[in-house]
Amino acid sequence: MKRLIVCIGLLLALMSPALSVSPDEMLDDPVLEQRARAISAGLRCLVCQNQSIDDSDADLAKDLRILVRERLVAGDTDAEVQQYLVDRYGEYVLLNPRLNEHTWILWIAAPTLLAAGLGGIWVASRKRPLGSGEETLSEDEQRVLAELSETSDGRTDKA
Amino acid sequence: MSIELGHFALILACAIALMSAIGGLTLWRSGERLASVLAQSAILQFVLVAVAFLAVVQAFATSDFSLALAANNSHSLKPMIFKISGVWGNHEGSLLLWILILVLFGALVAAFGRRLPADLLNLVLGTQSLLVVAFGGFTLFTSNPFARLAQPPIEGADLNPILQDIGLAIHPPLLYAGYVGFSICFSFAIAALISGRIDQAWARWVRPWTMLSWIFLTLGIAMGSYWAYYELGWGGWWFWDPVENASFMPWLAGTALLHSALVMEKRNALKIWTIFLSIITFSLSLLGTFLVRSGILTSVHTFASDPTRGLVILAILAVLIGGAFLLFALRASALRQGGLFAPISREGALILNNLFLATAVGAILVGTLYPLILDALVGTTISVGAPFFDLTFGALMAPLLLIVPFGPLLPWKRADMLAAGQRLVGAAGLAVFLTILVSALGGVSISLAPLGLLLGFWVTFGAFAELIERGRIGRIPARESLRRLAGLPRSIWSTAIGHMGLGLTVLGIVSVTAWETELVTTLNPGETTELAGYTVAFDDFAQIPGPNYMADTGHFTLTAPDGGTSKLDAERRTYVASGMPTTEAAIATFGLSQFYLQLGEPLDNTHVIRIWHKPYILLIWLGAIVMAGAGVLSLTDRRLRVGAPQRAARQTMEPAE
Repeated sequence: MKRLIVCIGLLLALMSPALSVSPDEMLDDPVLEQRARAISAGLRCLVCQNQSIDDSDADLAKDLRILVRERLVAGDTDAEVQQYLVDRYGEYVLLNPRLNEHTWILWIAAPTLLAAGLGGIWVASRKRPLGSGEETLSEDEQRVLAELSETSDGRTDKA
Repeated sequence: MSIELGHFALILACAIALMSAIGGLTLWRSGERLASVLAQSAILQFVLVAVAFLAVVQAFATSDFSLALAANNSHSLKPMIFKISGVWGNHEGSLLLWILILVLFGALVAAFGRRLPADLLNLVLGTQSLLVVAFGGFTLFTSNPFARLAQPPIEGADLNPILQDIGLAIHPPLLYAGYVGFSICFSFAIAALISGRIDQAWARWVRPWTMLSWIFLTLGIAMGSYWAYYELGWGGWWFWDPVENASFMPWLAGTALLHSALVMEKRNALKIWTIFLSIITFSLSLLGTFLVRSGILTSVHTFASDPTRGLVILAILAVLIGGAFLLFALRASALRQGGLFAPISREGALILNNLFLATAVGAILVGTLYPLILDALVGTTISVGAPFFDLTFGALMAPLLLIVPFGPLLPWKRADMLAAGQRLVGAAGLAVFLTILVSALGGVSISLAPLGLLLGFWVTFGAFAELIERGRIGRIPARESLRRLAGLPRSIWSTAIGHMGLGLTVLGIVSVTAWETELVTTLNPGETTELAGYTVAFDDFAQIPGPNYMADTGHFTLTAPDGGTSKLDAERRTYVASGMPTTEAAIATFGLSQFYLQLGEPLDNTHVIRIWHKPYILLIWLGAIVMAGAGVLSLTDRRLRVGAPQRAARQTMEPAE
């Protein structure tokens, strides 16, 4: 169902006449063109849902693709092209957010979770010395299991 | 008349569910007699909701446009299959389907759970009924699918033509069955927390339900991905869209739950964690179904932008999820903690599995919600897109994939890493050899490609190590090995096959990411072009009228390197009524690889053609199907058969190695 909605969204975006990268936009220099594609894949099509300008068919995406290529031809580095677009459209245009005062929590979230999980496991394994794991089933468990195996044909009443 | 009957049936189902919920959750100690009442109630709820659902289906099938829902979403000339699938192609109908699956699972527990202890069954069915009350009430009060029109229109407004696809008919029910199935795990967790009793038998009962839901969710996600791939027209198969993330998170959490329940069942450890995972998995499912749709996350994915509905849904989620976690916080310490493990052991490996999967869920959740929260708190808008998720998720999955083949080879309690490693020497050698071979033949376009390949081959071949070991293949006569293999428990086979499926999916992803080739060019009828050794000839171009659209059709002939040819017809359709253009890509399959051709817009009297060669892309979905198949195999293992714990004693008393 949700896929359906994505679909509607994406198809609405398709309503504009242009389609993604078209031959008339492409640069003659294959190295520059390759860089342009790579940069485009990381830039958000601002009027679409979660699409890069490289994938998008919106007019705005086409304009941005041409803009990226113009900057590259003018001799900008990849970082300069990105900065140029951020200056114009804000951080929102970057699909991969840069590390700054607003995004550091996002970037440290996964490593922190992993470290916390590892720490938790380490503490848990230290608390109980190895070897004490050799315990047998408790009385309680043996009783439950015994009941279960006895009454395989009828429902076990409350234990 | 039947509409009102359906409406009444749903109201009645909710009323009965309310009584079940109150009875089950307050009088759960009453044992056997209450249990049989609740079981009957669960089955009755299913029958009543089925009546309600069929009433709506009938209105759609017979094009009864006095039903507002049918008038808004159906059309008398639509093929029957799309009339029926149109029932859940909208907010109200999809809610009704969701509830139908919910009561179906409740009825299944009632039917197959007769061997559960009565107290546990009371609590499980009580909790399940509470969910029916919450969502049934939401449907009746805010999203009534049974509303009639005083002046029915002669013709319906029709479902969006793009949605009239077989994919839509199957994808949502599969996904919903997966989401809703996890409600059983949730109810079992709530039951354990309330009763304060949780043991290995509990894990044994929960696992088949987890497995069943996981199978549905696996297939649902894979199908959605393939549908997007062929329908959206540029060959992408995963976009890290919030909607996809919302279905992927319960899948990851459910996968973790499958593995942690295994530890609990065999070693009586990880109890509290397993309870926590059960709650979180269903909470993520609810998030997947409703939060995305409530209009809070992104507006485009919402059926209903009615803010009241969104708020009510948020309130229900807050009460259910918040209540569950409150109960968890209050009661978890009362559960007797088992839980002992050595770092190098089967349970140690499974704990690492859970660590990486849970961290991945956390990372995706943070990435999905972060822009929203930042915007609300600071007012800064940022994007978190595919590059971020690729990096974070990839970094977490690489170590997980590395340990996957070790898991099944390590004995419980205390294991010898070296011994496990020795059994994997063959798989490792084969993986290294094939990685070098493929990289040499295919070239290294992305520096990480060989690492991805290595992991993919490693998981795929490593999956067989336990079978080779147990079958003593190569050490005893082949006939004897076969006999041993055939005699192995199905759970061992399903582990091997499931892990192999994972490896295949990884290989498909790596292959298509690293070696996909693309060509964007202009072409006229009569001209040819080449990509990846294939020749594409543009035979002719025609404008062909379809039933409700005009199609620009390009006919192409594709010649493979081995000389085989296939016809490709790509279309650009313009729907007459809406003026909406769509592209129908042409796809040719060669083995596991696909050739994907899209007819672009006209440009200076010629045609823009986009062609992709996608090597081994089918492995992505094939791997998912193999994983789901392994799940089915595991369900047929009689030790795991739904609600059949009678063999528990023998299994748990198994001597440790």
